[in-house]
Amino acid sequence: MRRMAMRSRLWRNAALIFIAAMASASAGDVAPDATRLSSLVRQDCGSCHGLTLKGGLGKPLTAEHLRAWSSEQLVSIILDGVPGTPMPPWRPLISEADARWIVDRLQQGNMP
Amino acid sequence: MTMAARLLLALLFVLPALAHADGLRGTGNLGLVVERATGSVLIVDTTSRKALGRVEGLGDLSHASAVFSPDQRYAYVFGRDGGLTKVDLLTATIAKRVVQAGNSIGGAISDDGELIAVSNYEPGGVRIFDAQTLDAIASIPAIGADGKASKALGLVDLPARRFAFALYDAGEIWVADLSAPETPAVTKLTGVGKLPYDGNVTPDGRHYLAGLFGEDGVVHVDTWQSPLKAERILNGYGRGEEALPVYKMPHLEGWAAVGDKLLLPAVGHHELIAVDLRSFAEAGRVATYGQPVFAVARPDGRHVWVNFAHPLNDTIEIIDTESLKVIRRFAPGPAVLHMEFTPRGNEVWVSVRDADRVDVYDAATFAKKAEIAAQKPSGIFFTARATRIGQ
Repeated sequence: MRRMAMRSRLWRNAALIFIAAMASASAGDVAPDATRLSSLVRQDCGSCHGLTLKGGLGKPLTAEHLRAWSSEQLVSIILDGVPGTPMPPWRPLISEADARWIVDRLQQGNMP
Repeated sequence: MTMAARLLLALLFVLPALAHADGLRGTGNLGLVVERATGSVLIVDTTSRKALGRVEGLGDLSHASAVFSPDQRYAYVFGRDGGLTKVDLLTATIAKRVVQAGNSIGGAISDDGELIAVSNYEPGGVRIFDAQTLDAIASIPAIGADGKASKALGLVDLPARRFAFALYDAGEIWVADLSAPETPAVTKLTGVGKLPYDGNVTPDGRHYLAGLFGEDGVVHVDTWQSPLKAERILNGYGRGEEALPVYKMPHLEGWAAVGDKLLLPAVGHHELIAVDLRSFAEAGRVATYGQPVFAVARPDGRHVWVNFAHPLNDTIEIIDTESLKVIRRFAPGPAVLHMEFTPRGNEVWVSVRDADRVDVYDAATFAKKAEIAAQKPSGIFFTARATRIGQ
């Protein structure tokens, strides 16, 4: 009886791990989550760059201001930060696809 | 009309005035909650633990803060977009509003309550306003010794109608004497360290400290000394350890002054540093769950509540200040941005941004006592700040 319960718990855990693995595998492949990323940009990037992205302690993230950098440079700044400044590397928290999505939206000036 | 009827009629006319008199109230248990995304503030009552009203039209309130008039009736709210708004807490209306700069980062009220100072990123510097009318009185451009414009931040009031602030880009600390408000007398301390990111003054108004982002250290100015000088303390506090990425700048506003110690967030490290308030030497460290953003002392100094930078910002830790140990850790919800104690420290209000809620906790038992709906709440400011230097 006890063993049965143990086994069913094991199976349940295995199933959960499988589901979690599926979810994280698909997170890298599917299109970036616009709601999550725009909220990250406005709320968390916004704490230095301003909620309206017009700048603060950090530089403005307006399309006009970002013209000085290429997409590749901006993606690399987001992922790896700018040493000697408060801009941190976001690689531990977001994927490269996420960073590209953010750069595209910022360059087009249509961050949701 | 009989005499009695006439009297009755007169009484009827007087009634609204009487009702109004019944509505008289003090403001000592009021405060405001910043709703950062919607440009509004909630007026709250800390006794009933309720929102009394919402005031809208305050502009971009990301990173907004507030100070209070000496009578605790008016709040001056400093918005990111350069807006300075005087809010009447009793009527829940905007009494006056000016947009005084392009991009700003907080302000202060002079000890006599007559002057409002705002520190700006763009154009960088500090501007001084009449607290009654919000008319501009003076402007102090933050041009560093290098001749370049700098962002001004870490602005606080000091006794004797003075303000202190830091120049982020230039690495300087300035103390401005506004005895003659049209002609500020500014003492400039240059070369104090790389990238001072915030500053604050001890509750007695004596010691100004600025945290450095560009190096491991803190700058200390004892404002009782003459001439003023900047001294480095906690040099190399993170030595030997690689600093972690900082996803949210820590705040010195709301640092914890407890008895003979100050507890400061260490930049890029999961710890608070205790500083001895006499020697300004390190007096211990507290390992924390994440990188501290605010370390707020209960008014009696017994406990310090700490919140953390993204992505660990769902959690609060409570530190016992005698043992310098974490005695409790809990997760109020997604994005805990700010904590404010009621004036005598029986309760603490916590803004949980992504749950659109402010939670009220009992500060002794840590039990949750109330939840108040708020739109993306950030800073919480109670009127008792009116009586404190540096707030």
